[in-house]
Amino acid sequence: MSLQPFKSIGIGVAFSPNLKANLFEAARLSVFFKSKLILIHVGEATNDKAKMLEVYLKPFENDNLNLEVVYKQGNPVDVILSTCQEKNVDLLVLGAVQRERFLKYYVGSIARKITRQAKCSILLLIKPTIERVPCEHIVVNGLKDPKTEQTIKAAFYVAKKLNSEKITIVEEIKQDQISVKVDDDKSLRRANIIKERIKLRENSRIKEIISHIPKTYTKDKIIKLQPIFGKKGYSIGHYAQISRADLLVMNAPSKMTFWDRLFPHDIEHILTELPTDVLILQ
Amino acid sequence: MSPKKNNIKGFFKALPKNIFSGFVVSLIALPLGLGLAMASDAPPIAGIIAAIVGGIVVSILGGSHVTIAGPGNGLVGVLLIAISTLGIENAYVAIIFSGVLLMSLGFFRMGTLADFFPSSAIQGMLAAIGLIILGKQFHIMLAHKIQREDTVDYLFEIPFSINDAIHYENKGLIFAALAGVISLAIMLFYSKIRNKYLQLIPAPMWIVILSIGFSYYFELGLHQSNPISKEYMISGIPSIQNIIADIPVPNFNNIWTLSFWGSVLALTLISGIESLLSIKAVDKLDPEKRRSNVNKDLKALGLATVGSGFLGGLNVVTVIARSSVNVNNGASNRSSNFFHAIFLVLFIVLFSTQLTRIPLPALMAILVYTGYKLASPSVITKIFSIGKEQLIIFFVTLIITLKIGLITGIIAGVIATLIIHIVINKSFGLFFRNLLKPNVLMFKEETNENSFYVSVKHFCSFLNYYRLKKQLDAVPENEDVIVDFSMCEFVDHTVMENMNSYQELFNKRGGHFDVIGLDMHDTDSKHPFALRRMLPVPKIIKNNLTRRQTNMEILAEDYNFNYSSKKEKNVSFLNNFLFFNTKNINHIYNKLSHKDDAICFFDIEFSEGEFIAKEVVRSTMLHIELKHNIPEFTLDKEGFLEKVSALAGFKDIDIENHDDFSDRFHLLGDNKSEISNFFNDNVTHFFESNPYYHVESSGKAILIFGKERLASLKEIKALFDFGKRLKEVITSN
Repeated sequence: MSLQPFKSIGIGVAFSPNLKANLFEAARLSVFFKSKLILIHVGEATNDKAKMLEVYLKPFENDNLNLEVVYKQGNPVDVILSTCQEKNVDLLVLGAVQRERFLKYYVGSIARKITRQAKCSILLLIKPTIERVPCEHIVVNGLKDPKTEQTIKAAFYVAKKLNSEKITIVEEIKQDQISVKVDDDKSLRRANIIKERIKLRENSRIKEIISHIPKTYTKDKIIKLQPIFGKKGYSIGHYAQISRADLLVMNAPSKMTFWDRLFPHDIEHILTELPTDVLILQ
Repeated sequence: MSPKKNNIKGFFKALPKNIFSGFVVSLIALPLGLGLAMASDAPPIAGIIAAIVGGIVVSILGGSHVTIAGPGNGLVGVLLIAISTLGIENAYVAIIFSGVLLMSLGFFRMGTLADFFPSSAIQGMLAAIGLIILGKQFHIMLAHKIQREDTVDYLFEIPFSINDAIHYENKGLIFAALAGVISLAIMLFYSKIRNKYLQLIPAPMWIVILSIGFSYYFELGLHQSNPISKEYMISGIPSIQNIIADIPVPNFNNIWTLSFWGSVLALTLISGIESLLSIKAVDKLDPEKRRSNVNKDLKALGLATVGSGFLGGLNVVTVIARSSVNVNNGASNRSSNFFHAIFLVLFIVLFSTQLTRIPLPALMAILVYTGYKLASPSVITKIFSIGKEQLIIFFVTLIITLKIGLITGIIAGVIATLIIHIVINKSFGLFFRNLLKPNVLMFKEETNENSFYVSVKHFCSFLNYYRLKKQLDAVPENEDVIVDFSMCEFVDHTVMENMNSYQELFNKRGGHFDVIGLDMHDTDSKHPFALRRMLPVPKIIKNNLTRRQTNMEILAEDYNFNYSSKKEKNVSFLNNFLFFNTKNINHIYNKLSHKDDAICFFDIEFSEGEFIAKEVVRSTMLHIELKHNIPEFTLDKEGFLEKVSALAGFKDIDIENHDDFSDRFHLLGDNKSEISNFFNDNVTHFFESNPYYHVESSGKAILIFGKERLASLKEIKALFDFGKRLKEVITSN
């Protein structure tokens, strides 16, 4: 595995109040990952805009930030998606929207469309800040899926680059894996035995994956395995929220059809209420 | 698991007790069965048939342990309508079909059905059933048979019936009414008289014995005919030969009508709800703390109902009153249910002629009492104490059930509850958006305590309670569970009541069930089951303590502490601690303090970061003031807390000769030599042999806490114990 998954980072630039924070986050990431930063603006190129970006990104001058700005007109979703493909963007940074009263975050319609269709990895930021908030705790999914190994590796790579201290790998186990339905004491006991067995199996599967990762990435990290019996895709988001994780790393969903949106599952649960910053790996 | 042989041995050992309690239950079941059947306008024997079939089938195939099956009070209202609209023949067919539906509920694992109804609506429905029974039978109790269209009319007629009864001139009627009134008096005062000989026989059986004795007294002693008017005697108790000869042949011709299927649905719904509620209540009484297999029981009840319908009996449900008598008389397994049926068979075979000597009003007095119990004023005052809104739900269900019908009534109750919840929260979206979201997360905390942590988001009401229930049911009752509602904006009365019953269940079976995170929610009443709503701006003075807070109050009394639930903004004593360097303390609350303030506990709310990056954290901490100075330090386990950013920059200090301690703990501090001196053998041994906590010293005081969430009561006690011993170790240094 090439442990340099993000060679170029893209960010959609709209001249909104959040612009500076979003730019800072993306630029910081580019510095951490030593990757190229591509700013995609849907709209005309004007001097004002260029100057504004220049002013904003001034603090990063000393960090050898490799920068490219793309101006293109058209439908925001199409422009961003097509530019990502043209420029071979590996990671697209998107700002999420905050719903006022209850401090809930959710993915706005444009960001949501992009998330569904993008071919590259996506980072959804719920609270971009100008001042860096250290990313200390990363929660990553440990689903039984061919993509998972890559995802966990990438999570360790990110953890290394961002100096995170702790990684929790959440193994979501579907209820139907427990072949016994709990009815009375006897079935409860049997169900619990089965659960313990599944837990051990899942933990050893994840440990196997971790053992494949180069030691430089795993040493000095606090690694925690947390099996959860519950709804796939939902439990991990809820867990990330209560364990106050700074970043949630997820596999990209395999398919998205109309029905998936109607009956939300997996990643859709997380998109409807973002627990924290989410990184969806392609 | 215990070997099978032991089970059989144990079964025979417990058999005499079970036979005895089966006998006592049959003494109640006999008059109740007769009365319930007559109240439903069915032949009196139909109730006994239901009890016999139920007792035999459910005891063999059922999944519960100490329940009793038989005709239920809840069904009287529905059966009355079914029999009057369909006729008795078709009503039996409806009973058979409802049995099939009940069975399929069991097969489709719909044992959670009863959880989808708000508890106030169920209370309202039960009260309405109580009024239906009471209204109709009250007149017969006073020997004043009337026929009215509407169930409500029966209630309004009660004063007239009393008036008529006072002015009776007919001797037969006077005696009949007297039998009724005396029987009612027996029912009312039986429980107040504590006499062990009197209490040997249950009150309904006393009524039966006394009235049969009265009739024999006239016949054999005075050689007169029974003075009670003939039309107010039980008629038509057939002998066993007649019962077998008269088994009705079900007629399936008239089943394609709306009223037929309406009756079938109502019968199924009510018998399902009544059984499920009873099973749940009886499980709490079970002396051996077993868990009932609800779905298996539903299947058995359904099969029993089918059989009962074919034999000319009523619906079979699990009945709470008879089951509790069963438990109180020492029943330990299902065989008591079986023997209760056997004794009923014996009664019918041996005494069927004697049973016709029971006056109707005496039997109806038992039902009037049952009806009164279901709709007694104490039910209403209890609901009122929970909250005014519950009273609205209760009365909406009650009135609509009385005026229109049971199904409409319960649906109205559900809708009323929903509307009230929306109005209280001033938000429709809260429910609409989050209804389908799987809002419950449960996982086993991988610490040394191994407790189950359950977090609930958005809202938790009767609409989605089944999700929470499903998770909680997967936990053995002797484990520790912590349910956290702090991310839940609204928790309704149904859920609060259920949380309470879980709490009782776990306490009885050696586990712990703690509910946390409700202190920020507001209620209108002081009742522990009141619904709770998260306030955007928390009130300064709260008018209601949560269960956790009352428990803390009790704890304070136990330990001779002072307790105050008020928020305190003056937290300067905490500012010396390193932990709070990067955090902003909002306030402390739920403070437990010793007289001289040397030791104090508090819940604390602090925040990290500012503005949009702000995270609010609540935790429970222990603060101990020391008489002499000790070095400043922070002791922690690796990865113990989620975030320890404030501690960056300090080096881990190793204590010589204590490798185990150095390996397991992070010891941080400025003054290395002083700290090394301080951590002598005593102190290090103390930390090595005790559970992990985050311990911090500010020189003059120590701060100890466990997790970055509120502690449960058990955790508070453990924390206190740890702190107290730590103080001793340090001061003896």
